[in-house]
Amino acid sequence: MQVEVVMAGFGGQGLMLIGKLLAEAGMEAGLEVSWLPSYGPEMRGGTANCTVVISDRPVGSPIVKNPRDVVAMNLPSLDKFEPVMKAGGFLVINSALINREASRSDVHVCRVPANEIALQCGNARAANMVALGAYIGCAGILPIQRIEHAIQETFEKKPELAKLNLQAFARGLELAQGQGKGAQ
Amino acid sequence: MAKKLMKGCEAIGEAAIQAGCRHFFGYPITPQSEVPEYLSRRLPAVGGVFVQAESEVAASNMILGAAATGTRVLTTSSSPGISLMSEGISYIAGCELPVVLVNIVRGGPGLGGILPAQSDYNQATRGGGHGDYHLLVLAPASVQEAADLIGLGFDLADKYRNPVMVIGDGMIGQMMEPVEFRKSPVLDLPPKDWALTGARGRKARIITSLFLNGEELEALNLRLKAKYERMAREDVRFSTYNVEAGYDVLIVAYGTTARICQTAIDLLREKGVSVGMIRPITLYPYPYEAVAKAAEAARAVLTVEMSMGQMIDDVKLSVLGKRPIHFHGHAGGVIPTPDEVVERIHSIRAGFQS
Amino acid sequence: MQTLFERPESLQTTRTHYCPGCTHGIIHRLVAEALDELGVRENAVGVSPVGCSVLAYYYFNCDFVEAAHGRAPAVATGIKRTRPDLTVFTYQGDGDLASIGMAETVHAANRGEKIMVIFVNNAIYGMTGGQMAPTTLPGQVASTCPSGRDVNTAGWPIRVVELLSSLVTPAYLARVAVHRPQYVVEAKRAIVQAFRNQIEGRCYSMVECLSICPTNWGMTGRDSCDWLEKNMIPYYPLGVVKTPEGSSSRARVATQGA
Repeated sequence: MQVEVVMAGFGGQGLMLIGKLLAEAGMEAGLEVSWLPSYGPEMRGGTANCTVVISDRPVGSPIVKNPRDVVAMNLPSLDKFEPVMKAGGFLVINSALINREASRSDVHVCRVPANEIALQCGNARAANMVALGAYIGCAGILPIQRIEHAIQETFEKKPELAKLNLQAFARGLELAQGQGKGAQ
Repeated sequence: MAKKLMKGCEAIGEAAIQAGCRHFFGYPITPQSEVPEYLSRRLPAVGGVFVQAESEVAASNMILGAAATGTRVLTTSSSPGISLMSEGISYIAGCELPVVLVNIVRGGPGLGGILPAQSDYNQATRGGGHGDYHLLVLAPASVQEAADLIGLGFDLADKYRNPVMVIGDGMIGQMMEPVEFRKSPVLDLPPKDWALTGARGRKARIITSLFLNGEELEALNLRLKAKYERMAREDVRFSTYNVEAGYDVLIVAYGTTARICQTAIDLLREKGVSVGMIRPITLYPYPYEAVAKAAEAARAVLTVEMSMGQMIDDVKLSVLGKRPIHFHGHAGGVIPTPDEVVERIHSIRAGFQS
Repeated sequence: MQTLFERPESLQTTRTHYCPGCTHGIIHRLVAEALDELGVRENAVGVSPVGCSVLAYYYFNCDFVEAAHGRAPAVATGIKRTRPDLTVFTYQGDGDLASIGMAETVHAANRGEKIMVIFVNNAIYGMTGGQMAPTTLPGQVASTCPSGRDVNTAGWPIRVVELLSSLVTPAYLARVAVHRPQYVVEAKRAIVQAFRNQIEGRCYSMVECLSICPTNWGMTGRDSCDWLEKNMIPYYPLGVVKTPEGSSSRARVATQGA
């Protein structure tokens, strides 16, 4: 088993963080993981992305040209990564900021208005957690509890933020599960 | 100790602390600034000292001073910074002082870029500065191995009284992977009876790389040569992948590039094509014999690098014309993909049939 | 019989390579006397430069390390930061300290490294054979300014202690001369004070010593001393330029010495 996922969006949308949470959850689940960021001028403005590889054997290339899955938080990211996805992969689209449908018909698509849901939860900045929830909800690659645990650990010293992020994660999960393909 | 998800740069910093290093002198440069950032937080907490130098030139000379007192010391930088440090590094080699340097390589020449590259291979393995000297060069392929080699590097630096460089491309520095800090087997290290600690109850000691007398300077060079020969006998390190199955093409690659090739080998295996790989871990001393032996079992050799072909010279020196050597590489932050390597293997093998 | 004058323990018995008339020997002796008097010889590490005093490590009887050209303050930083208990000093000339090593000089001072810097200013490059230094005086002839230093193209000579005195970081900065006995007495006081500052963990210290170079100035020793008095002292005024207490008014070394 090996899953590669690219999480992409504007700098500041928290893509690096949800990638890290995914990698941490994978590590805690006893799997091999790698997390590789895009770095450099792209860190401010423009698009930022990270690639997470989760595997049951040592991770070969940490850089992946054709990821199985993509979480696209803005239009440039969808335009960039949708065409290179593997057939049969999972594509999460942040429909709050992306006003087009997926153009691939050979991938599983999950649309979530991440920013709006996050705002409903109390803070638009938790949109990344909604997207992470949606991704786990549709791709089901790791046990939900592992991700929740990783979120709790990350926000250990800020219980308010932990609560908000867990809630946003749960809403994303719920929405994705409503669109078919259940999580574990 | 439990596994922790860490960035390569941070793991390097922590590994140095675990190896007993309490002193860091360095200058920020992308893509390795996370090392000084991490150590500026961590070192004071463990009673250590962090100094942000005014330049890499100064940093390389500060670590010379620190090492002269017999203290374990680290500096880290990236390509253009290493060029500036080559002054101090040459003096450190000439003074026979143990230090650990890290180069998280970015594309060049000149200011180049900040993306991953392996274009400092020649600089690292051939000395880099002026004079007849070598660094002992270790090339990790994962965050875990980066941490392990930092620990080993401090021991080897002390064992040989020689600067050790841990060289990784930008990915090794920026990537996060699970890491566990393991105690490396402690080598039986020589006493530091040369360290400058104040001439209390003993004769004054001098540490210098200046020998105006030709014979004396040659004696230093002969001593260094003997040291490098000992490294080649005792401390060559490499790993292999898929060599047990038999193969007609052998890949030679190091660092992250080797992992890209590993994925290519897995893809080829699914298609019934068996390709072997040898990954040098010590770039100096280079595993000439192991590469030569591995190449004997193949019909052709493919060297893959994130450069325009630098390690290929050492592959040639290993194979000595007995097998054709092919090259695949990218530079400037363009990273070879497993698919490209697969394609390259197919075209090499197509040549066998015709 | 009573011994009135002897070699300091901090000096080796080795004959120096310095030219006849050179004042390096005097400055070496002053540093050695200070090490002896303060009882820190067995605790001292010196850093020698590249320049005429490159071989100073053969003449001092304490631990020594040789630095690259201009980098002595960086090397001294490495030593002092790993072993704060050691007494660390650099011994540098004007090309080493004020030209190629200016960045290291300024930044070590600015970080307030608790080291002592002996700066030998003889207004010329000695070891390489009399080329222009950053401290060569206007109109002074050197092998790379055969018509005399042209301040329009080479700039004015750098007054190092004044330059460093502009830094906010506390420091002890003094300029002394060693060409006449009365000046030597003051120079000694400044050097002892500088070492004391370090031993007491007080501050960075630099003692700039105006010095002669009969060989490269092309003069006799006596003429050199007169030339220094007449030309260097007016441009490079003597005294304590800054103390760690913050006083930057120029005071005689004698009034500072403890």
